[in-house]
Amino acid sequence: MSNKSAFMSWIDARLPVTATFEKHMSKYYAPKNLNFWYFFGVFSFLMLANQILTGVWLTMSFTPSAEQAFASVEYIMRDVEFGWLIRYMHSTGASFFFLVIYMHMFRGLLYGSYQKPRELIWIFGMAIYLMLMAEAFMGYVLPWGQMSYWGAQVIISLFSAIPIVGDDLVTWIKGDFLISGITLNRFFALHVIALPLVIVALVFMHILALHEVGSNNPDGVDIKKYKDEEGRPLDGIPFHPYYTVHDLVGIVVFLFVFCFVIFFWPEGNGYFLEHANFEQANGLKTPAHIAPVWYFGAFYTILRVVPDKLGGVILMGAAIAVLFVLPWLDRSPVRSWRYKGWISRINLVLFGLFFILLTWLGTQPATGIYATLGLISTIVYFAWFITLPFISAKEKTKPVPERVTG
Amino acid sequence: MSNDGVNTGRRRFLIATTAVGGGIGAVGVAVPFVKSWNPSEKAKAAGAPAKADVSKVEPGQMIVVEWRGKPVYIYRRTEETIGLLDTNSDELKDPENADEAQQPAYAKNTQRSRKPDVAVIEGVCTHLGCAPKYVPEVEPQPFQEEWVGGFFCPCHGSRFDLAGRVYKGSPAGKNLKVPPYSYADENTIIIGVDEENS
Repeated sequence: MSNKSAFMSWIDARLPVTATFEKHMSKYYAPKNLNFWYFFGVFSFLMLANQILTGVWLTMSFTPSAEQAFASVEYIMRDVEFGWLIRYMHSTGASFFFLVIYMHMFRGLLYGSYQKPRELIWIFGMAIYLMLMAEAFMGYVLPWGQMSYWGAQVIISLFSAIPIVGDDLVTWIKGDFLISGITLNRFFALHVIALPLVIVALVFMHILALHEVGSNNPDGVDIKKYKDEEGRPLDGIPFHPYYTVHDLVGIVVFLFVFCFVIFFWPEGNGYFLEHANFEQANGLKTPAHIAPVWYFGAFYTILRVVPDKLGGVILMGAAIAVLFVLPWLDRSPVRSWRYKGWISRINLVLFGLFFILLTWLGTQPATGIYATLGLISTIVYFAWFITLPFISAKEKTKPVPERVTG
Repeated sequence: MSNDGVNTGRRRFLIATTAVGGGIGAVGVAVPFVKSWNPSEKAKAAGAPAKADVSKVEPGQMIVVEWRGKPVYIYRRTEETIGLLDTNSDELKDPENADEAQQPAYAKNTQRSRKPDVAVIEGVCTHLGCAPKYVPEVEPQPFQEEWVGGFFCPCHGSRFDLAGRVYKGSPAGKNLKVPPYSYADENTIIIGVDEENS
C-alpha cells in the first residue's frame, strides 16, 4: 500500500475505509458466470434508494390527516413543481420494487441460492420481503382514497380472526373503533420512519451475510474450491470494477423501462394505481370490487380460497411462512436447477407459472371460474412445498462440474 | 470457586438478577408505548347516538345512517320478504341467533328487529369489514340461484338474508350485527340507546 495517499493513511488509521472497500468491493470475488438473473439484486437496491429518496421528497408536501391527506396528494400531483414525477416514481416505483424482488427471489429458487451455507441470506431476504409488504400496505393507505380505506379495513380485520384477543387487537391497531385519521397518522409514522429503518438494517444484514459466504452462481458450484497461489478463486473476479461497471449497464437498461412506464403508463391500467383510489375515502360505501395491488394478489387469492375467516388467514400466513423454511425443504445434493432431475425442473417452472396465475387471480373477482382456478393454483402452490423434500431427496441428479461453465 | 478468587456462582447469580431486573424495566418502558396505541379519550368520546327518521322509508327502501363512523342500514321489509325469512333457515349458519353478541335481546327473533318490518343493522361485513350491498329483489342472482332478498358483500362474496343472517358457504362466520337502538316515537329511531322512550 505504498501508493496510498497520506490522507487515506490518516483516515485508515482511524476508520477502516480502505479495508472495508477491499473486503466488500475490490477484493470481493464474485463468480465470473453470473448471468441476467443476477441483475435483480442490484435493481432491488436501486429501487430501495429510489423509494427512500422520492419518499423523503413526498413527505415535504404530504399532510397526514384524514381531512387533508387526499387533497395534499392532489396538490402534489397538480401544484408542486415536478410533484407528479416524484409521486409516480414512488407509487409506480413500488410496483417495480416488487417486480424485481420477485425476480430476485425466483433467481434464488432457480439456482438454489438458499441452500447451505446461504440459509441466513435467504431468511434475511424473506424478512425484508415481509417488511416490504407491511411498508407497501401502509404506504397505500396514505393517499386516503377509497382503496386506501377499504384495503386497510380488510387487511386490519384479518387480525380479528385471532381467537379471543382478535377484536381488541384490531381496535389497538386502528387506535379507534374504525379506520380513522388516527390510523392514518400512525401508518404514516410507521411508513416513513420505523419500517424503512428496519428494512435498511435488514438489507445491511442480507449483504453482510452474503459477503461472508460469497455469491452463489448459475452452476451452484463453490468457486472457493479452486484458488490461485495468492488465494484468489480461479472462477471469481473482483466485484469492483468488473461487476460495478457491468451492473451499471443493466441499470441503464432498467431505467429506460422504468422511465417509460413512469412517463407513459404510470397507473398501469389500474394495476399500479387502482381507479377506485381516485375517489376520497368514504367509510359508508365500499367500492363494488375490492382488489389489492397486484403484488399482493397471490396471497389474497389464497386468503379468499377458504370460506372461513380464521382458516383463510391461517392458510395465507402459511403461504408466506413456508417460504422461510425453504432451505430445509430442499434436500437436493445439487444447488442449481441445471443439474437437478427433470421432475424438479418442470415443477419449478409450474410453480412460477402458478404463482403468476395466483397473483393475477387476486386482482379479479372471486366468483365462478376464477374461484375454481384460485383453488387449483393454491393447491399447486402448497403441493410444490410439500413434495419438495421427497422429490429433491429421491430424484437422480446430473453430475455437477468442478468449475463454472459459463 | 476458581483459583483467581472469582466466585462463579455469585457472578452467575448477579448476571441473572441484573438481566431479570433489566428485563422487567424494559417491559415497564414498553407499557406506555404499547398503551399509546389504544383509542384516545377523544376517539372514545365520539360515540354519540345517531337519530333517524323512518317515516319516508317505503317497503323495500333503505337509508344509511352513520353511527360511530360505521354505516347503519335502516330498511323496511315488504310483507313478502318478511314471510320468506321463515323459509331459509336450513341454508343459514346461525338461523336462531345463538351468538348473543350479534344482537341485543330484543332483536333475538326471526326478523332480528323490534318491529317486524323495520330493520336496523350495521353495514359492516363480519368477515373483513366491508359494507355489504343491499340486494332486496326476490329473484335469481349471479351469486345465488334462489335469492329471497338480502345482502351481498362485494369484497369476498359473503351473503346475508334480509335479517342480516349469514348464509352457509360464506367467508363471514357471524350474522351482521344489530346495534342497540330504540324508538323515540313512532317513526324516530335512536341508534346507540337501548332503552325505549329515553
